[in-house]
Amino acid sequence: MSFTQTRTLGARRHLLGLEDLSAAEINEVLETAIPCKEIIQREIKKLPTLRGRTVVTLFFEPSTRTRISFELAAKWLGADTVNVTVSTSSVQKGENFVDTARTIEALGADFIILRHSMAGAAHLLAENVKCRVINAGDGAREHPTQALLDIFTLKEKLGRIQGLKVAIVGDILHSRVAMSNIYGLTKLGAKVMVVGPPTLIPKGLTELGVEVEHNLDRALNEVDVVNMLRIQLERQQKGLFPSLREYARLYGLNAERLNKARKDLIVMHPGPTNLGVEITEEAATDSRSVITAQVTNGVAVRMAIFYLLNGGRANDEFLS
Amino acid sequence: MSFCLKNGFLVDPAAGRSGKLDLIIEDGAVAQVGADLDPTDCQVFDLEGLYVLPGLVDVHTHLREPGEEEKETIATGARAAAKGGFTSVAAMPNTKPPADQSTVINYVLSKAQAEAVVHVYPVGNITKGGKGEEMAELGELAAAGAVAFSDDGASVMNAETQRAAFEYGKLFDKVFLLHCEDANLARDGSMHEGAVSTRLGLKGIPALAEEIIVARDLQLAEATGAHIHICHVSTKRSVELIQEAKLRGVKVTAEATPHHLSLIDEDVIGFNTATKVNPPLRSRTDREALRRGVMDGTINLIATDHAPHTREEKLKEYPLAPCGMIGLETALGIILTEFYHTGLLDLLAIVELMSLRPARLLKISGGTLAPGTPADLIVVDPNLKWEVRAEDFASKSCNSPFIGKELTGKNLATMVDGRWVYFDLPPERARS
Repeated sequence: MSFTQTRTLGARRHLLGLEDLSAAEINEVLETAIPCKEIIQREIKKLPTLRGRTVVTLFFEPSTRTRISFELAAKWLGADTVNVTVSTSSVQKGENFVDTARTIEALGADFIILRHSMAGAAHLLAENVKCRVINAGDGAREHPTQALLDIFTLKEKLGRIQGLKVAIVGDILHSRVAMSNIYGLTKLGAKVMVVGPPTLIPKGLTELGVEVEHNLDRALNEVDVVNMLRIQLERQQKGLFPSLREYARLYGLNAERLNKARKDLIVMHPGPTNLGVEITEEAATDSRSVITAQVTNGVAVRMAIFYLLNGGRANDEFLS
Repeated sequence: MSFCLKNGFLVDPAAGRSGKLDLIIEDGAVAQVGADLDPTDCQVFDLEGLYVLPGLVDVHTHLREPGEEEKETIATGARAAAKGGFTSVAAMPNTKPPADQSTVINYVLSKAQAEAVVHVYPVGNITKGGKGEEMAELGELAAAGAVAFSDDGASVMNAETQRAAFEYGKLFDKVFLLHCEDANLARDGSMHEGAVSTRLGLKGIPALAEEIIVARDLQLAEATGAHIHICHVSTKRSVELIQEAKLRGVKVTAEATPHHLSLIDEDVIGFNTATKVNPPLRSRTDREALRRGVMDGTINLIATDHAPHTREEKLKEYPLAPCGMIGLETALGIILTEFYHTGLLDLLAIVELMSLRPARLLKISGGTLAPGTPADLIVVDPNLKWEVRAEDFASKSCNSPFIGKELTGKNLATMVDGRWVYFDLPPERARS
């Protein structure tokens, strides 16, 4: 069977980002997430795949949805879960990150799900522990599971990724969601356009094959999908744009813009939304919005990732 | 003790010598240089196949003492220097407390006198506390023995303060060693700003942060007539600005480090915190411009910016790790590998870059082995291949991104004032 020859996610110890994943590995996750989604729609969801395994979510940044999504995915696969939230302040007080991580491993973790405010933290963790590491967002670098669930949702809605054009709108400079989506989408043959003010577009993006646009209305005319990023309120304080009001006027998705847009546009948002800033309530609940589907799919995709990293294969019959 | 170094290949650009010549060392100084010298009553070393060079001089070393002895001390830093082939180092003033007062200069000099195996020349601060606000007592510092002034680690952001220091400093005939970095543009940055920083999600330090202050300080030097020396130049535009200023007659010299001449921003991929340094490792284009600057003389000399940090400090998230890498023990190997073995520079030019011009910049002895000068010399095998290993460093720290890499060319023995302070020659080289 040819499947055994291709590199599979299970051959990796960790999922640190989509930059170093192949298209085949990404597709493997997408395929595996399909039966996972069926399971979570069942009345009784539990599977024994991760029974006896311990999954620790180690979060150095506040997050509810990503942590709960990982926790549910692990629980429905039979794992025991422990949530550790470390405030950034205690790190600055001198608690060493590597030391904290080694302690958690020594307590018996099989998987560590890491959320951290600094790029490269997932790499540092992976180098210093023997258990498996899943990156749940490291600074402005990557958030691979979010991009995988975004891509899964798109494929579910449109049946394909190849040939799509996706606009990612907002604070690209600080967005790990944007970076992971760029890698994942381009590997699967989609075109990516980033949209935002020049101060929120990082340098050298075009070298990754990304188109840069500063006008949202122009972008909406060109794309199949628009992914609206959350705008972090503290960015305004850093002087990167003058006010939320002006930001909303230039880059907010509202009913007026949506009315002019194509009828089959797909609207995404990784959440949590700042309603009235990057997206209005009306736009977020428009029939073209897939925001709630993204949330449900997040659990399915994370189950698939656990399953594969634990050594399973996409076409195993574990799910039947 | 007297020595005769026979059959080595002597490279001494200042004296206009390059060839197979013997040296006789007596009373700590070079007594004779010539072909086939006949030694009497001294220990003879047969250096057939090896090179004898004036000891290297580093104008940019962080010895960390006083205040950060867990990273390096004057004693360990000097041993690292000796091992790497440096016989003189200039100690940067960003210690704790900083060398903004003559007492700290005196402390460094007396510690060095007692414990250092190489010459240590302290550098004094430009401003009090290195804070960039009030001018330090430049006259007191110079009188105590500071060989130059620097606020290395930061720029004097207030142009008025910098101008006043350049004007006032003319009283003392010392060079200003300038770390050029706009604090606002560089704030919180971890690496060179560009496609690689975007991929890695790290906040970038734009090339502009350096170039704006280089341009400003060149204007200030031109206006005041001060002699300025631009430390660790890292960008293409900085090289161009310095070249243009030199053509206008501005009294400016410049240095580049072995790491900026050999590594680039792509070396940060993988988040090895040993690659975190300020100024950051720049783009490939910048590195090529720096190399051209070294070749055409725009960059006058090589300096290490040896900056030790403990393992604990570097075992952190990349943005939290401190900037700096050690360099004294790898500098010669890197320059020989990247410039000599690639045919870009000969040994005469390398001695000028790493010994003669640094000594002249600080107006200190060294840089030559003419008879009558102190016997500060090194014995080098430029063809010896060796692997950089953490456990081999004489430095107290091992924060080097070159660990695991192979270099070609190594210092084998170092003599300071006629005494071997580092010696790794095989015993059969010694003759009675």
